Amino acid sequence: MAFEIPKTAYSGKIREIKLGSGDKAVTVGGETCYPFYLFEGEMPHLPRIAMEVWDMPPQEWAEAALEPFKGVTDDPASWAKKCVADYGAEMICLQLVSTDPNGLDRGADEAAEVVKKVADAVGVPLIVWGTANHDKDTEVLRKVTEVCQGRNLIIGPVEEGDHKKIGAAAIGYQHTVAASTPIDINLAKQLNILLGNLGVSDELIVMDPTTSCIGYGIEYCYSVMERTRMAGLTQQDEKLQFPLICNISKEAWKTKEVHLADGELNMGDARKRGILLEAMSAMVLILAGGDVIVMRHPEAIKLVREIVAELTAS
Amino acid sequence: MPLTGIEIFKLLPKTNCKECGEPTCLAFAMKLAAGKAELTACPYVSEEARAKLSEAAAPPIMPVAIGVGDRALKVGGETVMFRHEKRFENQPGFALLISDSMDDSEIDSRLERFKLQYERIGLILRPDLIAVKGDSGDKAKFEALASKVKQNSDGGIILMSTNPDILAAGLKVCADRKPLLYAATEESWEQVADLAKANSCPLAVKAPSVEKLAELTTKLADAGVKEMVIDSGSRSLRQAFEDQIIIRSAALAKKFRPLGFPTIVFPCEMTDDPMKEAVIASIFVAKYGSIIVLSDFQGEGLFPLLVERLNIYTDPQRPLATKEGIYEIGEPDENSPVLITSNFSLTYFIVSGEIENSRIPSYLLVKDTEGLSVMTAWAAGKFVSDAIAPFVKKCGIEDMVKHRKLIIPGYAAAESGGLEEDCAPWEILVGPRDGAHIPAYLKSWKP
Repeated sequence: MAFEIPKTAYSGKIREIKLGSGDKAVTVGGETCYPFYLFEGEMPHLPRIAMEVWDMPPQEWAEAALEPFKGVTDDPASWAKKCVADYGAEMICLQLVSTDPNGLDRGADEAAEVVKKVADAVGVPLIVWGTANHDKDTEVLRKVTEVCQGRNLIIGPVEEGDHKKIGAAAIGYQHTVAASTPIDINLAKQLNILLGNLGVSDELIVMDPTTSCIGYGIEYCYSVMERTRMAGLTQQDEKLQFPLICNISKEAWKTKEVHLADGELNMGDARKRGILLEAMSAMVLILAGGDVIVMRHPEAIKLVREIVAELTAS
Repeated sequence: MPLTGIEIFKLLPKTNCKECGEPTCLAFAMKLAAGKAELTACPYVSEEARAKLSEAAAPPIMPVAIGVGDRALKVGGETVMFRHEKRFENQPGFALLISDSMDDSEIDSRLERFKLQYERIGLILRPDLIAVKGDSGDKAKFEALASKVKQNSDGGIILMSTNPDILAAGLKVCADRKPLLYAATEESWEQVADLAKANSCPLAVKAPSVEKLAELTTKLADAGVKEMVIDSGSRSLRQAFEDQIIIRSAALAKKFRPLGFPTIVFPCEMTDDPMKEAVIASIFVAKYGSIIVLSDFQGEGLFPLLVERLNIYTDPQRPLATKEGIYEIGEPDENSPVLITSNFSLTYFIVSGEIENSRIPSYLLVKDTEGLSVMTAWAAGKFVSDAIAPFVKKCGIEDMVKHRKLIIPGYAAAESGGLEEDCAPWEILVGPRDGAHIPAYLKSWKP
């Protein structure tokens, strides 16, 4: 029986976006097909993993997540260096947890100093993530863009409520923005248009669709990401042709299942459970179109890297 | 692909005899197309037309049942490539491999691990199948294992061997459980097809490529085998993944019948690392595996896979809901905080998870909002004072705590005034909007 492999009719391409600066800069995006549909098109740049670093010692992390970073969690610069040197991180995501007004409420100047130290310590692209509090993020992230002028940081989350001020600072000091919207394709498109109107170049936008992990609503992100990719690749929706960034590790590692002890509720080994929950959540989001995945545990990262390599092996 | 009314009309006798109860053949054809009439109502339809019509009405991916009774696993029947286009219909089955060359204690411990199960939003999540594999080449051993599996488990069974005689030995003891026979191959298909037909069992078909697979299922269909599950033979991850996409789209987009069957995949044959195997399995949950065979089950890998499956196969148009009631988090006492939220299951998971993170034992009241989130339920009038107050009063929380302070979600702040009145003597406290701020909020809470 004659059999012809059916092919999707693609008409668009995801934008190639360069992240970071210097010889450690990486390029993401550029896909001309759905993730790993390599019989239909190309993925010139594989999904990248950014290793998560906090700007303060984490209080609530599960032991399994802390263990690989023993001795460096009180110094973000050493922590980031360790990620690059010991775990081969190609990117770092610095979470400015200490600036949370409901927490330590650390000021903008202090936070920006930390960012600069981390940026100086590692040459790899640096994602800087605020607390999604519009007023505070505006204050902090603007300062960060200024202090790190020209380094092409990736600044997020930039939301509709604070996109003007943070977006303007990113334009002024030459950084990329992570446009963040709450699991909704229309809001995502709208924010990209607003950023464009503001003057943010299409070469300097990545999209954060808002992510959650397995068991906590991953199906919503999964479908919004698939729809976004579909609109960009098959419906020529230029305002959705941006790489997707997924800040997943903090979601996976804060679940109650990760904090259960060995064997509790028949859920097996606590350490492996955390690693697998993170790795599987990341993998599912990569299948939906994730281009940059923020991850925490070196073993989860290793698993995802190996599997991505196998999915693209020639 | 269903036919249109006009296409059906062309196949009818066009005599307008009215014996079907319709005034004309065209009217009858229209009713057939709409699924409002049965073809059997026409006494004069030709055999040829009957065959064409029933073929056209068949789903593009055949639904196949493995096993019997409550635990029968139904796979296939899928109609879309992406879940947002409608929904994924039948969850993939997870199978645990047990080989007849394993020793008794290993077999026993595997049978024990097959019983792993988890409760989530009132559902029991558990694996589905045991793959009984004939590695020893010994018919008696295989038969003994099949018999043991049957006696010790009510799950579905896959009988695996390349040798039809060994499959027959397994069937002797468990044919009544309607096992999946794995597999018919280019070499053995005639013999295995006879076994499947004689025992009314579904048949797995394995070929070295998608093309060869299509040829083989065509031969088997001609030989009268209906219920098939297909294996394209690929064991490299890339090829196996691409095969899944090609099979699904050939069946749906091209209506290519020879590939219109559920699939079986073997992460257990793609790596020796159990952690990696679990992540590979997670790929096939999302991308079109219908039966996923694992080398072993361990809670740390099985639990996230079962939850992922639940998530991906949730109907996007019907949010999962949590049961209304009082949920105790930690070990709350009469002085513990009381919070209320909606019964959208995601809301419940996030709120209960954050309360847990706070380490402050609390009572969480979950109000039935028909699965809507707090903000949507509030807008729809299902999470408003009139609805919340009677629930708080009647749910029994008043006997469980001494204080009368109720924390409502920040997004329902507009209801605080009405609730102060309707819910008196409860004092209404407006909590955070974002679940992530619950721990900080609870830590400063005083009865």
